[in-house]
Amino acid sequence: MTLLGWAQIALVLALTVAAAVPLGRYIAAVAGGHVTWLRPVEALFYRAGGIDPERGQDWKSYALAMLAVNAAGFVLLFAILRLQGVLPLNPQGVSGMSSWLAFNTAVSFVTNTNWQAYSGEVAASYLSQMAGLAVQNFLSAATGIALALAVSRAFARGGVRELGNFWADLTRVTLYVLLPLAVVLGFAFVALGMPQTFADYATATTLEGAEQTVPLGPVAFQVAIKHLGTNGGGFFGVNSLHPFEGPDAIATALQIWAQAVIPFALCLTFGRIVGDIRQGRALLAVMVGFVVVATAAIYAAEAAGNPLMTAMGVDPAMGNMEGKDLRFGLPLVALFTATTTGASCGAVNAMLDSFTPLGGMVPLFLIQLGEVLPGGVGSGLYGMLVFALLAVFVAGLMVGRTPEYLGKKVQAREIKLAMLAVLILPTAILGFTAVSLVLPAAVSSIQDAGPHGLSEMLYAYTSAAGNNGSAFGGLTADTPWLNTTLGIAMLLGRFAFVVPVLAIAGSLAAKAKASEGAGTFPTHGPLFAGLLAGVILILGGLQFLPSLTLGPIAEHFTMLAGKSF
Amino acid sequence: MLDTTTGMGATTRARPPMLDPALLPRAIGDAFRKLNPATLIRNPVIFVTEVVSILVTVLAGSAAGRGEPWGFQAGIAVWLWFTVLFATFAEAVAEGRGRARAESLRKARTDTQAKLLIRADDRSLWQPRGATELHVGDLVLVEAGDLIPSDGEVVQGIASVNEAAVTGESAPVIRESGGDRSAVTGGTLVVSDWIVVRITAAPGSTFLDRMISLVEGAARQKTPNEIALDILLAGMTIIFLIAVASVVGLASWNGQPPSVPVLAALLVTLIPTTIGGLLSAIGIAGMDRLVRFNVMATSGRAVEAAGDVDVLLLDKTGTITLGNRQAAAFVPVAGVAERDLAEAAVLSSLADETPEGRSILAFARERHGIAPPALPAHAAVVPFTAQTRTSGLDMDGAQYRKGAADSLIRATGQEAPAALREAVDRIARVGGTPLVVAKDNRILGAIELKDIVKPGIRERFAALRKMGIRTVMVTGDNRLTAAAIATEAGVDDFIAEATPQDKLQYIRDAQGEGRLVAMAGDGTNDAPALAQADVGVAMQTGTQAAREAGNMVDLDSDPTKLIEVVEIGKQLLITRGALTTFSIANDVAKYFAILPAIFVLQYPELQALNVMRLASPESAILSAVIFNALIIVALVPLALRGVRYTPVGAAALLRRNLLIYGLGGIVAPFAGIKIIDLVLQILGIA
Repeated sequence: MTLLGWAQIALVLALTVAAAVPLGRYIAAVAGGHVTWLRPVEALFYRAGGIDPERGQDWKSYALAMLAVNAAGFVLLFAILRLQGVLPLNPQGVSGMSSWLAFNTAVSFVTNTNWQAYSGEVAASYLSQMAGLAVQNFLSAATGIALALAVSRAFARGGVRELGNFWADLTRVTLYVLLPLAVVLGFAFVALGMPQTFADYATATTLEGAEQTVPLGPVAFQVAIKHLGTNGGGFFGVNSLHPFEGPDAIATALQIWAQAVIPFALCLTFGRIVGDIRQGRALLAVMVGFVVVATAAIYAAEAAGNPLMTAMGVDPAMGNMEGKDLRFGLPLVALFTATTTGASCGAVNAMLDSFTPLGGMVPLFLIQLGEVLPGGVGSGLYGMLVFALLAVFVAGLMVGRTPEYLGKKVQAREIKLAMLAVLILPTAILGFTAVSLVLPAAVSSIQDAGPHGLSEMLYAYTSAAGNNGSAFGGLTADTPWLNTTLGIAMLLGRFAFVVPVLAIAGSLAAKAKASEGAGTFPTHGPLFAGLLAGVILILGGLQFLPSLTLGPIAEHFTMLAGKSF
Repeated sequence: MLDTTTGMGATTRARPPMLDPALLPRAIGDAFRKLNPATLIRNPVIFVTEVVSILVTVLAGSAAGRGEPWGFQAGIAVWLWFTVLFATFAEAVAEGRGRARAESLRKARTDTQAKLLIRADDRSLWQPRGATELHVGDLVLVEAGDLIPSDGEVVQGIASVNEAAVTGESAPVIRESGGDRSAVTGGTLVVSDWIVVRITAAPGSTFLDRMISLVEGAARQKTPNEIALDILLAGMTIIFLIAVASVVGLASWNGQPPSVPVLAALLVTLIPTTIGGLLSAIGIAGMDRLVRFNVMATSGRAVEAAGDVDVLLLDKTGTITLGNRQAAAFVPVAGVAERDLAEAAVLSSLADETPEGRSILAFARERHGIAPPALPAHAAVVPFTAQTRTSGLDMDGAQYRKGAADSLIRATGQEAPAALREAVDRIARVGGTPLVVAKDNRILGAIELKDIVKPGIRERFAALRKMGIRTVMVTGDNRLTAAAIATEAGVDDFIAEATPQDKLQYIRDAQGEGRLVAMAGDGTNDAPALAQADVGVAMQTGTQAAREAGNMVDLDSDPTKLIEVVEIGKQLLITRGALTTFSIANDVAKYFAILPAIFVLQYPELQALNVMRLASPESAILSAVIFNALIIVALVPLALRGVRYTPVGAAALLRRNLLIYGLGGIVAPFAGIKIIDLVLQILGIA
């Protein structure tokens, strides 16, 4: 680790947090319907859909509208992927996906996971990329943000049934937040050297004189939304490690900024919606705190290098550079990895499979903690609010009152729904992993023996259930078993989680909002931030310790003992 | 207005020993009886523990049967059973503490023969009827020496009643028809005169019956917070069930899954058995604290609500001020020394036996060191009459008089000095009562009588304010008077010239702002407000209507206790929260004990995780299980006594409790497990 490395990390993170402040204010204005510079376009959509944007929906109608949009998105994407071979805009002549793969991919992009059991350059046509995947990148991101806005509104006032209008939220978030940011960022990426073209291949002659065919495509703008919407699905198979998807350190820094800025900003949006910005800052502090610690852990683990390699005479000064690119350097790889897994983005600019055991455990654990640090766009915030409710409930009794969060009493119904939501991750991750490790059809997908092999399987289900989408690697994922079960894990992680959360929001919105007093449990200071961090670690993380012990931790200690598998 | 002036703290009762040895055998028996799975299922965490215990016991037995080593498995089984037993024991002990009280109450309920009146207007015609056969609306005659057969309302007559059976207070109280003292309680004794009582309670649902079931915990229903907590604990249990079950699959990769007893140990140490085992004991003990405090809550829900209260409505008289007005200042007219005025005031009050008169003597002694002389035999006492509105003493040829300002001035036949008029007006304006003193028709000055705020109450209110609770004084006084007393007592708000309607409206408004309101009351006209309040404490001396409208009854009829009731409610919630936090925080250390022990066979390098340096995998697992069981017993006293509560702000309270129970919960088991491991080594068990 070097001072310069830390300075890089600090600079990128500071720029991200700094940008989140005005963005948070802006999204709050969008949520309130106060941003109007595209009003005619906006109105066009409402007219076409017969929507009255002012009409509020209770949690059930909101949830139904959200499920309907996403179901339709799934059907459309599934159809495009199956039929891409006969559809236009297919200069490379790729054929339609198998139904297993199309199911997995469609679910993956609808749920904002962007797990890819295929390589974009060989298995997806330009039409699929642009009209299928990129559309879902916007839609799933806007869905997440809309849900977060709806949940935030539940804390704002007392005695209301409506959480907002899903159609209006979806339209406004897309039109005023995601599209403008993506356009600007897309041009920036073009300027940094990413292709944006319908041409099929570039042919080049290598230094050795060999002929090389280099796939091209409309990359830059898709990469922009890939990060902004914490989608993470790469245009190319190796994601942001590809020179056309991550041309240089500036581009990678910009991607870090893009994948964390909206989740950060939404905390402050929340603070504004509930009328107490300090509440949003506390949540943001926890998120940033975890990102810093995770980055430090990855950076330290990777900079220390692999003792087995050192023993073979490799100079440890560079750290563990296997699967990493010199043009990014360790600090930005560490920060990128922490934010992409903390933020449920899932893009990668290094191969996690090649990380040291502990360096690879950090992204794994970040996802297992519930994708709230800072989590996906929207999903991070509402996931964090579930933990906040649990933290308030567990420790809130200690001030001698029925626990309240922002003046809303946390009672049996909320706890029941919150526990239902919290149950999803361990069930999907540990359940599927455990079964897959004894099922011959699944075991055959694992590349490596020993604890590393376990990590590969564990990571796949963790990534899917957490709607992250990053791959550890070393796993042949395009099999019927994995395509199907990973798809189910993604659906559970997204919809089985958010429906109870919306129900909580509905229940809280209807409750009276108690005014704050000296006897109120304080939920804005460092004390609460610390408590929240503890609850995330204990209620969100402890159940995964056995799996981590058998995976990366065992690998670490066996590595120290000089063993490899 | 309430007629009691019981000072604060007067009702605090001696604390019984935490574990009365006499109650132990019964509690141990009950602990085993409670193992019945059909009833244990109400407690999901402990139920799961019991199921696991049975499973491990069977496995240990079958291992022994096959001649395989079974000692370790049996050890785990035994300690898993202890875990369950300690949990049921905690509940049994908590219940046992209330049972003694129930027994004494039951004695009062023994079937008495009532004198059922045949005709409402004829007291001489009655027929004997068993108390349990009385119906609502029956009229019964109760004469001196009779037990009142059931709850009812006095419709005729007046009697003094000994209510010690219910309140523990043996001084008889007056019960009469009409007014606010018409309610009588079944099981209490009429000691003089007679009354005719209309029965208001059906057999089996009298106040006494409700008290008995309450203190026994028989009618105990889970409170809203308890239900929510139960769901959290059940959810955590499911999560850890999944985590432990998944270990079978995870460990099968590249190795062998751990044995079932080991997995059982892992599961039981991870699920929140500590709080799961103590939860109901905490609830029962909280209720019991209230009972010992001589307050009966109709439900645990009311006790919890007490902790949530944000606004306290307190009657001025008897709660905030002492019941009577007292001398607070001597204001002499020009040319008269204050001491001379004081001496004249003392002489004029020598024969005055009213509390006000006594207070003048006390004040003169305190302020001017004037010891009141004994009443001389030759002095002629001039008593107070409604006509003269003055009183005093003729002695040694001098006339000492004191009385209401206007009357006395008129009696002197002189023009009062302007300064006196001003003083009198000022005293009246701030809510005091001015008395004027004259000697031989010469006006010496005025005495200021005023409401005396109870000592210490101001600090009390300040403490409540820190806790985020607003205090509101309710008084029939006019605004000026009320404002003066409110300022002196340090209440946050007051309702002057309060009518029952005003109270009700105030409560509704506060509730509309999302606040919870508590109040005490006794009269029939208090009933709507008592019912509207989230916590309504009715006085035992109050009317039947008030007692039914409230959700608590204070047997001592001391409205000041409202404050302590709130504190007891808070303490209950804090205890629950503290032990939950402690229980959950414990998991960290248990992981460090068990995980390396379980997986070290598969990966010997994981020995590095054994940070506590526990002797062997077996002793590590056993130590964690033993710690997990013993911590329940260790915390029983805390669960019964409740976490210490000091009235400070929520932030300070949270900081302290997080430090003790959160951080403490993480650290303590590291030490505990290590010590148990050392003991096991010394004993040569592992």
